[in-house]
Amino acid sequence: MVKQSKNGGKQDRKTIVIAVTALNAIDSPGPGVAVIRAIRECSDFEVRIIGLSYETLEPGLYMHDLVDKTYQIPYPSAGTDTLLGRLMHIHEKEHLDLIIPNFDAELFNFIKLRERLLESGIHTFMPEMEQFEARDKIKLYEFGKKHELIMPKDRLVYQDRDLAEAAEKIGYPMVIKGKFYDAIIANSFEQAQKAFYKIQAKWGLPIIVQEFIKGTEINIAALGDGKGNTISVIPMRKLYITDKGKAWAGITIDDTTFIELAIKFIKVTKWRGGCELEVMQSPDGKPYIMEVNPRFPAWIYLTAAAGQNQPAMLVKMAMGHKVAPIRDYEVGKIFIRYAWDLITDIGEFHRISGTGELEGKKSNNDGQND
Amino acid sequence: MDKIRYERPIIQKMNTGLMNKFGTRTEYEPVTHIEGVTVKSLINDYGSPLFVISEKQLRRNFQNAARIFKTRYPKVQFAWSYKTNYMNAVCQVFHQEGSWAEVVSGFEYEKALNNGVPGHKIIFNGPDKSDQHLISAARNNSLIHIDHYDELYTLIKLSEEHHLKPRVAIRVNMDTGIYPKWDRFGFNFENGQAWNAITRIINSVNLDLVGLHCHIGTFMLSPSAYATAATKLCELTWGIREKFNKTLQYLDLGGGFPSTNTLKGAYLPGSDTVPSIDQFADAITDVILGYGFKQEDLPLLILESGRALIDDAGYLLGTVLATKRLSDGRRATILDFGVNSLFTSFWYEHKISPAQVFGQHTEEMVLFGPLCMNIDVIRESITMPLLEKGNHLVVHKVGAYNMTQWMQFITLRPNIVLIDMENNTHVIRKAETLEYLEQNEQIPDHLKYNTLK
Amino acid sequence: MKLKKNIATSGEGFIFNPGNGDSFSTNEIGTEIIGMLKDETPPQTIIETICAKYDVDQNQFERDLDDYLSQLKDYTILE
Repeated sequence: MVKQSKNGGKQDRKTIVIAVTALNAIDSPGPGVAVIRAIRECSDFEVRIIGLSYETLEPGLYMHDLVDKTYQIPYPSAGTDTLLGRLMHIHEKEHLDLIIPNFDAELFNFIKLRERLLESGIHTFMPEMEQFEARDKIKLYEFGKKHELIMPKDRLVYQDRDLAEAAEKIGYPMVIKGKFYDAIIANSFEQAQKAFYKIQAKWGLPIIVQEFIKGTEINIAALGDGKGNTISVIPMRKLYITDKGKAWAGITIDDTTFIELAIKFIKVTKWRGGCELEVMQSPDGKPYIMEVNPRFPAWIYLTAAAGQNQPAMLVKMAMGHKVAPIRDYEVGKIFIRYAWDLITDIGEFHRISGTGELEGKKSNNDGQND
Repeated sequence: MDKIRYERPIIQKMNTGLMNKFGTRTEYEPVTHIEGVTVKSLINDYGSPLFVISEKQLRRNFQNAARIFKTRYPKVQFAWSYKTNYMNAVCQVFHQEGSWAEVVSGFEYEKALNNGVPGHKIIFNGPDKSDQHLISAARNNSLIHIDHYDELYTLIKLSEEHHLKPRVAIRVNMDTGIYPKWDRFGFNFENGQAWNAITRIINSVNLDLVGLHCHIGTFMLSPSAYATAATKLCELTWGIREKFNKTLQYLDLGGGFPSTNTLKGAYLPGSDTVPSIDQFADAITDVILGYGFKQEDLPLLILESGRALIDDAGYLLGTVLATKRLSDGRRATILDFGVNSLFTSFWYEHKISPAQVFGQHTEEMVLFGPLCMNIDVIRESITMPLLEKGNHLVVHKVGAYNMTQWMQFITLRPNIVLIDMENNTHVIRKAETLEYLEQNEQIPDHLKYNTLK
Repeated sequence: MKLKKNIATSGEGFIFNPGNGDSFSTNEIGTEIIGMLKDETPPQTIIETICAKYDVDQNQFERDLDDYLSQLKDYTILE
């Protein structure tokens, strides 16, 4: 549903109401705040931004210049019925036009609900369930083989006594990975065993034993139209990483290998929406796809800064507009992530914690009276 | 003036990083009726705890599964898995719908006969079949699914001694790409054991090989594993025709389809992640139809689905015995049913609903059963309204395995009630009594008294 | 049995303890009880007031009040 803007000065414009998740702009940030920043910078449309939050202290909730109103939503583990109930409640009040989910863990539910959301007039622009599941870590190698993309070799290990055989096939050094998170490099069977038990205790089975690829780490943010066309690709080289391996600073680079890789990936998968390819370029120049994230990365604002505003293009496509692919971008644009202490007061925290809603504009009554 | 409805005072710390309650209402939406009958009247009439089975749901589930398979494949036969729930009333619902019987022990075999199932419509599975039951199954023309070589040779010997012509199949185990591999049952496909057993049967004088059976696991979440299983059974079937010029009558793909319960440790609820029966049916029938059999040679497809057909037709109703606060501040609620009645709570996070309307406030709690055992935990952590002694609860999706695996430990087993197609209620198994419990006990004379006064 | 002096409460059921930064939420009946504690109402009066207003028997409410007050003490909201 698209409504007339209440903004007096721009009455000819439609206001698009967009709900965005992953407002946790903290040390390992979710992409939500960057997505909103990019969308707000696009002058082609007016937007009202609805934050969808899981936690009460996600910084985006309190960024009132970016987020007009926030609603808490149930954790993904509560399931689609519960999520749909909450979204419909929010929809009644806000008349959402579009939802952009940005967390890996919530995508399964949102993709399942896509048709039902559309029936209520809420658009999304996400990959199909089949695309989403095919790039799952534990199926990645098969996926690569099928589409002639280069991926590190891997084996799935379901019990400790199968580790030795997998190790022999992969060779050292190798990476021992959990099915959701965590990766440990092992140089010997003893180290592999230790890593196996450590990761098993945390994430369960199976464990992924993966070929170790040495090289330069490149991340690629790409946007597909769902028909096989790549609308935008921006490759970024990490300049510096945090102790958690997250990008601290990064720079846009110019190398057709990565552009072509992303175009091929999107062509074979007919990817719809944003994605991030984590790539390791080996010394002989081969780009190994290490992981495929089925959503925008946290550094997505760099794409807007470099001249390809991927979130804004996604909004247009989601709302049914045709968007022509762009290939030009500024090489050498750098992002440096920084921390900033946002100040709020107890009343806002109480409102979001107690009522599950937080209005963007600060009200004078903070709910306290002593 | 009427007094205001009471709710006990609660205070909760606003923690960050904990499950938020917003939008989770459906989790504790009260369930006051089952098939139009109030939970209150069920408990008033039949006591608490109480198992309830909906006949409507049983038939709906069966008809749905049958339609899904029959619209994809010309020859389909279901066989009710007795071990999943062998209440005779339940078995008869499935037999009325056309299900054969699938049994895994001597007493189950006799139960099926007593239910009026003709011998040739009983499938006899499992590693434990006595000589006496093998003979009787052979005489009744039942389908004997051989599990191991010892059984195969026993059957050859018995058929010679007693001039029997048993109709048999072998159970085949195989690698379907899933873990764990159920290689403890039947004959292995990959190492050639299955082919050897087939050859031995065909070379025997008396045994008639009529089909092949496999059962690749339980609560299977991967339809593709069934496609692999079907492929391997087709490969054997094809080989038997090529080599021995023998056409098999049926392929039995076993059971293992999941219900929509949520397994412990699963991140997302089962209702979202469990594949539909359509997906399993597609996987199986696409393989068999595409394998190259002539239309008239297509084998009968037998399915032994249990859990998927009955889990959501079963409910357990119960009552709050007490609430208390544990030393670490957690709220605990003690219920009148425990793991002895609800055996599946060992592996499921059962959905549990309150059976009466509550205010909007909720709290996180642990649900304990009534046993004097530390392991008697129904849910480690669940958010529920503010429960009080005497409140009723409804546990969902308990139709499979509970009414067969329940334990007679500390408490006696409760009534089971069936709600029929017209919403009438029938007790289909009476609550146990002390007399029932002791009826098989025998006391030696010298232990018939004591001197306590 | 007294509420700590500087405890801040709101009509919506939020409680803030400025002494240590803890925040809490309570339900309607809890808000009412805290209001009475603030006015140093004796427990017996609290019990009579609540039982007159709500559909609850006195034994039940006494137990619930005990549990509630012990939690308030745990959370250092009561002195």
